Amino acid sequence: MSERETMEYDVVVVGAGPAGLSFAIRLKQLKPEVSVCVIEKASTIGAQILSGAVIEPQPLDALLPGWRDNPPPICVPAGPDEFYLFSKSGARKLPLPPGMHNHGNFIVSLGAMCAWLAPQAEALGVDVFPGFAAADNIYNEDGSVAGVRIGDMGVAKDGTHKPGYTEGIDIKAKVTVLAEGARGSLTKQLVKRFKLDQHSDPQGYSIGIKELWQVPAGRVTPGKIVHSFGWPADTRTYGGGFLYHLDGDRIALGYVSGLDYSDPNYQPWEAFQQWKHHPLIKPLLEDGSILSAGARAMATGGYQSLPKVEMPGALLIGDTAGLLNVPKIKGTHQAIKSGMLAAEHLAEKLDARGFDARLRGSEVMAELKKVRNVKPGFKKGLWFGIFNAAWETATAGLSPWTLKNKADWSSLHKLGAQEQPKRDYVQRTLPPRDRLAGVYFAATEHDEDQPIHLHVADTNICIDQCTTEYGNPCTRFCPANVYEMVEDEGGRRLQVNAANCVHCKTCDIKDPYEIITWVTPEGGSGPNYQNL
Amino acid sequence: MKILVGYKRVVDYNVRIQVKPDGSGVVTDGVKLSANPFDDIALEEALRLREKGVAEEVIVVGIGPADLTAHLRNGLAMGANRAIHVVTGDAVQPLTAARVFLKLIEKEQPGLVILGKQAIDDDANQTGQMLAALWDRPQATFASKVEIADGKATVTREVDAGLEVIEAELPAVITTDLRLNEPRFIKLPDIMKAKSKPIDTIELGSLGVEANDQLKTTHYAAPAKRSKGVMVKDAAELVAALRQKGLL
Repeated sequence: MSERETMEYDVVVVGAGPAGLSFAIRLKQLKPEVSVCVIEKASTIGAQILSGAVIEPQPLDALLPGWRDNPPPICVPAGPDEFYLFSKSGARKLPLPPGMHNHGNFIVSLGAMCAWLAPQAEALGVDVFPGFAAADNIYNEDGSVAGVRIGDMGVAKDGTHKPGYTEGIDIKAKVTVLAEGARGSLTKQLVKRFKLDQHSDPQGYSIGIKELWQVPAGRVTPGKIVHSFGWPADTRTYGGGFLYHLDGDRIALGYVSGLDYSDPNYQPWEAFQQWKHHPLIKPLLEDGSILSAGARAMATGGYQSLPKVEMPGALLIGDTAGLLNVPKIKGTHQAIKSGMLAAEHLAEKLDARGFDARLRGSEVMAELKKVRNVKPGFKKGLWFGIFNAAWETATAGLSPWTLKNKADWSSLHKLGAQEQPKRDYVQRTLPPRDRLAGVYFAATEHDEDQPIHLHVADTNICIDQCTTEYGNPCTRFCPANVYEMVEDEGGRRLQVNAANCVHCKTCDIKDPYEIITWVTPEGGSGPNYQNL
Repeated sequence: MKILVGYKRVVDYNVRIQVKPDGSGVVTDGVKLSANPFDDIALEEALRLREKGVAEEVIVVGIGPADLTAHLRNGLAMGANRAIHVVTGDAVQPLTAARVFLKLIEKEQPGLVILGKQAIDDDANQTGQMLAALWDRPQATFASKVEIADGKATVTREVDAGLEVIEAELPAVITTDLRLNEPRFIKLPDIMKAKSKPIDTIELGSLGVEANDQLKTTHYAAPAKRSKGVMVKDAAELVAALRQKGLL
């Protein structure tokens, strides 16, 4: 085999999300002579970005002064905020927690915003490459990170080369910037290799499931922001809904479930669908249609779970580091700020060293420190969580203690180990009927004849141990129905419908035996979200 | 020999098409756009002919708004030598497209024009045929195999009854069917190389093409929704329900 082709850059960025693009833009603003490329696995920029999203504009003001004259395609000034505690048939309006005031913020589609940022990066000379998956890290002889290897194209399911086979190239860089979003597959390897998490708690995650609706005229109040907690979640499960009124009779809505839930029978997707049937939500959606839908895990471990964000030759920014602010339910401003901070760091010298201290000394980290105990408090149940959140907010996080996070995969109770929470669910009438009908709106596409990108290390565990102990929770936590236990002539087995995958990473996080590994499929595969 | 390839940008085949609420068209804002799949096949075939030594130059042609450049760069990254961008903000109907190609043919004198058999947005399947008529040259449509030798194209066509093999004297128009080839993947270094390949920009108005469209689109509508199914308990209830609807 011939030598693998190589391209060289000063900096390679993995992931064209808000962190990666802001980083690239800022670095080029400061040092136009530095060569930067951004690798993105989605076939087009923004197609695999999913967020609420209400964003704080200050970091954008700093990055792109004048952006307000040329705003992203979906950008609605935040209007009234409403915050509710739901019961099955009612809702109690609550005073707004301080972090959730959105005056001055904007409701955007983060996907559309990234598609708007990318050309601005390109105009500054950044090479943005959508449709290419960074499949592996590559290392120098001294062990430092040397760049990334792009995945091969045209490999058949059995590993043989199809006629159009094209070997992926290596991109070598002085510094590799990981901006993969929550649970990045390259970041995961690097955290392990460089023991980046040895002084931090395990990262914690939540899964957000979102739909964008077109509804009949007259129902939407552009800018209105609604958040709820309570039903359909039981008091032991961390979950809440969001509903944002956009322009053009569109509504963005979704439901976030903490992946630290303990009930192996819990189904995040079903919880979202139930929530849509609450009397405060359902009338808005009836007779409307779904424009796009999808799901994505987010890092919610916060301050105490933040790994070391530098290693020889590479650094972590945005949600792959884990910078989301849970009580604010916002991560975009943190992603942009951390990207800009990393750019400022590398503009001084193309060296990752010192970035960890720089990030920890910045307002990005100060913001996380203040709220570090809010989310972990909910591990002790909803009411303690609320009380604790109020205390932590009132004291601005000055408590002398820091609550611990545990790994999400370890939080599942075995079947029968706890009383089955009573799920007070309703008969659903709104679309989609089931997960397969839902995944249609993600427009996800994987060439069926490619190696399965969800590696299950030992499927025997699925058949015996997991079935008895947890009842195969992968068949329930996956929002896209990728995992199925099927019975055929060969007996019971795990079937992985990898073509349905929406790249949310939940399986990689939540599987109780840590045997599922999400790797990048062929570049350009995966969901094709529109304005999520 | 030069080969001219039509390279149209359409809404990607994975996108769920949405009709605008006012029925004036389909939503293209914030929607993934990519090359018409049949045009990718056309370009691949042209590149293979060049690699075989049959052709020296492959030119991709796009007709559309100013931002079409990025799309044409993809064609260049796949391997075309250069691109021609005919700029217009208006939607282009097949007859106008054929007239544009005729003008470019007069200028470029290609030995072969390869087009997709149809574009997946309007599914018109007309441009190749119209162009052959305007140009007064042979056409070989729905090609699933192409061989060029001695100034002739031997083309296997996919027809209802099976496969039909025809010979056409060059220059000629070939339109591609799905099974002709599988387009190659674009390689990263080729994207960089494509940045320095030339794109000629020509205003549609300057070509002297008559663009008075023959067809007028009145409105767009989504297919009617199927009404919900009804669950029946048993055969008797089913029979009763069918009777009630006057179907029995």
